[in-house]
Amino acid sequence: MAHRDPSRPDPAESAWWMLWFQVVTDLFRGIGALGRELRQSRGRWLVLSLPMGWLLVFFLVPFLILLRISLAEPVPDGIPPYAPLAAFNDGVLHLSLSFKHYLQLLGDPLYKDAYANSLGFATVSTLACLLIGYPMAYGIARATPATRMVLLVLVILPFWTSSLLRTYALIGIMKTNGLASQLLMWLGVVDQPVGILHSDIAVVIGIAYNYLPFMVLPLTATLMRLDFTLLEAAADLGAKPLRAFWRITLPLSLPGIVAGSLLVFIPAIGEFVIPDLLGGPGDQTIGHALWTEFFQVRDWPLTAALAISMLLLIVVPMLVFESINAREAKPAADAPGPRGGTP
Amino acid sequence: MNRRPFALYTAMAFGYAFLYLPIVLVVAYSFNASRLVTVWGGFSTRWYGELLGNQQLLDAAWRSLLIAVVSASLAVVIGTASGLALSRFGRFRGRGLLSLMNSAPLVMPEVMLGFSALLLFVTLQQLTGWPERGMTTVTLAHVTFTACYVTVVVRSRLLQMDMSLEEAAMDLGARPWKVFFLITLPLIAPALVAGWLLAFTLSLDDLVIANFTSGPGASTLPMVVYSKMKFGVTPEINALATIVIVTVTAAISLAGWLMFRRGARVG
Repeated sequence: MAHRDPSRPDPAESAWWMLWFQVVTDLFRGIGALGRELRQSRGRWLVLSLPMGWLLVFFLVPFLILLRISLAEPVPDGIPPYAPLAAFNDGVLHLSLSFKHYLQLLGDPLYKDAYANSLGFATVSTLACLLIGYPMAYGIARATPATRMVLLVLVILPFWTSSLLRTYALIGIMKTNGLASQLLMWLGVVDQPVGILHSDIAVVIGIAYNYLPFMVLPLTATLMRLDFTLLEAAADLGAKPLRAFWRITLPLSLPGIVAGSLLVFIPAIGEFVIPDLLGGPGDQTIGHALWTEFFQVRDWPLTAALAISMLLLIVVPMLVFESINAREAKPAADAPGPRGGTP
Repeated sequence: MNRRPFALYTAMAFGYAFLYLPIVLVVAYSFNASRLVTVWGGFSTRWYGELLGNQQLLDAAWRSLLIAVVSASLAVVIGTASGLALSRFGRFRGRGLLSLMNSAPLVMPEVMLGFSALLLFVTLQQLTGWPERGMTTVTLAHVTFTACYVTVVVRSRLLQMDMSLEEAAMDLGARPWKVFFLITLPLIAPALVAGWLLAFTLSLDDLVIANFTSGPGASTLPMVVYSKMKFGVTPEINALATIVIVTVTAAISLAGWLMFRRGARVG
C-alpha cells in the first residue's frame, strides 16, 4: 500500500461499499426473518383474531352503542325509538348529548327503591348461601375422595337443570295453600293456609336456591387445601372445637368465602327472573326496572341509562374478583399444582 | 367430639334437602292426575301426553335445541381460541383487552347483555338489512356469552396442563398446528366436552337474552315456559321439568362415567 493504484478502489470507498453491502444483506436477512416470523405467527394471528374479532363485534361494539343511546333523545314512535346523536342541519354539525336520563334515574324514587331492593336481595341471599353452603363445603372437603366426588356432583347437578323450571318448583311449594303450607297444617303448626310467595323472603329463598352451587364450589376448593392437622394441634393444645374453627378454619377459608360471596352477589344484583316470579309488587329490582322500561314503556334511552348505571353497581365487586383471580392465576401459571400434569 | 359431626351432618342434610326437595316434588307431581298442582289426585301420565300434544311447546323446544347445539359448537371453537391465546401466547398486544372481554360477560347482568346485543342487531339491520331478528340473532348472542364460559374451562385446563409434552413435540420439529392437533387437543378434550355441555345448557336455559334478541314467531322454550308461568300454573311444566332433569342426570352420569373410565385407563 505504498502508493495509490488508480485502478483499485479507494479504501475509504471500499469501506463504504462494505458497509453498504452489510446494510443490504442485513436488510434482506431481516426481511427473511420477518417473513419466517410472520409465517410462524400466522397461525397465532389466526387463533387470536377469531375470539378478538368476535368479542369486539358482538360484545364491545354493542356496549359502545348502549353507551351512545343512553345519551340520546327518545323518539316515542320512532323505529328505532331514539334520535341520532349527531345530525347535519344546513351544513352545520349538531351534537346533542342528553344526560337527562341519568338525572331521571337519580331523581325518581322508583329507581332508588329498585337499587335498594337489588342490593338488599343480593346481600341477604349471599349471607343465606354462606350459612347453608359453608357446612356443606366443610363436609365435602373432609369426606373421603370417593364420597367427595359424589357429594360434589350432587351440588353441581341442579345447576345443569333449567333455573326457570327449578324456580317454578319453588312456586308450587311457597304459594298460599302450597306444599309447604299443607305440610305445616298437617303438622298442626298453622290452622289456616299460609303462603310466602310474592314476598321479600320468597325472592331471597329463590336466589339462594339458584346460586347455592356458586358458593359451595369455591368454598370446597379452599377448604380442601386447608391443613386439618392444624385443627388437631389446636385441640391438643386445649382449644375447644368452636374456638379452633373461629381462629383457624374460618380465617384460612376466607379466600373461598370472598370468591363464593362475589359469585353469588354479582349475578344476584342483576337478577330479573327470580324477583319477577317470586317477588311481590313492591319487590322491583333494577333488572326488573330495565325489563319493564324496555318491554312495556319502550323508552330505549332510559333503558340504556339504567343498564349503564347497573354496571356501576357491579364494577366494584368485579374489580375485587379480577384482582383475586389475577393473584390466584399467577402461581397456577408458574407452577402447575398437585392436580396438574397429564390425565 | 361426637356432637360436632352430628351437627355438621344435620347442616349438610339441610343443604342437600334445600337443593333437592323442590326437584323431587316436581318429579312426583308430574305424575299427578289432578289439575290442581298441590292436590294429589292419583298417579297418571296425563301431563306427559298433553306435553307431547302441545305443538307450541314442541316447536319451541326444537328451536331451543337447535340454537343450543349451534351456539355451543361455535362457542367451543371461539372459547378454545381465547383460552389458547390467554394461556399459551405469553404477552401480546391486546391481551388485556381479550381478557377483559372474556371476563366481563361472566359478571354483567343478563338484561344488560341482552339489551346491548339487541341494540347491535337493530343498528346492523338499519345499516345492512341483516340480520332479521329471530333464531339467528339469538344464536349470535348466545355464542358470545357462552364462549366466555368455555374460555374459563379451557384456560384453566391449559394452565393445569404440563407444557413439556408440547415443548418436546416442538423440539422434535413438529409444526405448531401439528402440535396443537396431535398433543394439545387430545389432552384438553375433556375440557372441550365440559365446555360444550356448559355452553349447551346455558343456551338452553337462557330466558333473558333470548327474550331481548328474538323476533316474532321465534320464541325459545324458556320464553314459552315463562309466559305460561306468568299466565298461571300449568301441570305440563312439571312433566317438562322431569324430562329435563332425567335427561341432564343421565347425560352427566354418562359423561362422568366415560371420563372416569378414561382416567382409570390412562392414569
